[in-house]
Amino acid sequence: MIEHPRAEELVEAVAAWIDSVRPGLNPRDAFLARVAANALSVVRRELLQGPAAEAAATARLAELLDRQGSHAELTSELCARLRAGDMDRDTPGLLAALRANVEEQIAIDQPSYVPEPSRRS
Amino acid sequence: MSEEVRGALEALAPKLGGAGATVSDLQRLSGGASMETWAFAVDGPRGREEMVLRRRTAPMDPSESRSVTLAMEAALISLAGERGAPVAPLVHLAAPEDGLGEAHITRRVAGETLGRKIVSDPRFEAIRPTLAGQCGEILAKIHAAPPPSGLKTVDALQDLARYEEVYRQSGAERPILELAIQHLKKHRPPPIEPVLLHGDFRNGNLMIDPEKGVAAVLDWELSHCGDPAEDLGWICVNSWRFGRADRPVGGFGDYEQLLKGYARAGGREIPLSRVLYWQALGSLKWGVMCLLMYGSYASGTEKSVERPMIGRRVSETEIDLVTLLENGL
Repeated sequence: MIEHPRAEELVEAVAAWIDSVRPGLNPRDAFLARVAANALSVVRRELLQGPAAEAAATARLAELLDRQGSHAELTSELCARLRAGDMDRDTPGLLAALRANVEEQIAIDQPSYVPEPSRRS
Repeated sequence: MSEEVRGALEALAPKLGGAGATVSDLQRLSGGASMETWAFAVDGPRGREEMVLRRRTAPMDPSESRSVTLAMEAALISLAGERGAPVAPLVHLAAPEDGLGEAHITRRVAGETLGRKIVSDPRFEAIRPTLAGQCGEILAKIHAAPPPSGLKTVDALQDLARYEEVYRQSGAERPILELAIQHLKKHRPPPIEPVLLHGDFRNGNLMIDPEKGVAAVLDWELSHCGDPAEDLGWICVNSWRFGRADRPVGGFGDYEQLLKGYARAGGREIPLSRVLYWQALGSLKWGVMCLLMYGSYASGTEKSVERPMIGRRVSETEIDLVTLLENGL
């Protein structure tokens, strides 16, 4: 893979440029420019964190389902088992695995999001 | 488009503001695929009055749509106002000869609708602790109003079925959404007498005045009849707390204030567990709506950069749903 520049550097540079021209735009375009810069931030984080997050998520799903497979295959099987009622909220390890996976996803999608507070004692 | 609207409003001005009234400062506030909102002022014998025009620009199929007609919206605004809920009063429901299509005109109420400002701007610091109680009182008044005929009734299972169908059609496989759908189907609260609901009662659809609090309840488009806890739970969805997750009601108050306000204004007793059920269903619905909005980009219907980005908000609803399930929903 070419490293001069790396892909995340390219999207970082474009996002910085969008931010620099935003103040001169009309309100609608300024809003869309902010969304565009945010989109590039998602891409940058996915490039950096995505592969490790997907590998970790796949390992958690494999343990939960007690079989090997790709992330897509295991996700599909988990959805089918939840839909069929073979697994539910009380299945041991389910919520912990889902929480760990979605925490890594939101760290890519929207790291500033403040989630619902946990009320478990 | 703007000239067509301006011409129609100028012709209508005497009806809106009295003999000799004129229209000025016409400005488009927002425009979606099917609805436009315009702000304008009318200068007439009574002085200057700020108004808002809402008009539909694409036909709606009332049997398919979740939205009500603008004529129904107008009736609901007047009804809620009569029952003591703060609204932007109706000035005029457009007739075919007005040249505006399906449209209504209301007064423009001063205040702030931006959720982030309402939860964090120091201007709202004094009023903020009273807002959740006010919301409870207002909802009790709306819920006590006799529903106009023609409104749909939707209970939890019907609502779930509708969103499950949208989720299935999206083709997405999201274990947390699947878990939430199945869990909410299995643990639905006992049936309850349906009441008139606002249907989109949340921080963002409330005009907040820094001194008085809730000055108007806006956006009656999704009104229907159903479980009173649907409205109470929707304003508690974390996606409209704007970073103040520690204040469950709209990012400005707590559950107890909301429910006390509801009881104070004559609302029936609603257990917190029922509100939390609808809050979770609300997070699920918002997650599915985000998938749907991404879908409109994927299919080529909408090309704005907003659309694909909103798909990345599904995970916020997922983390909230997992937490609500862990918390014992």
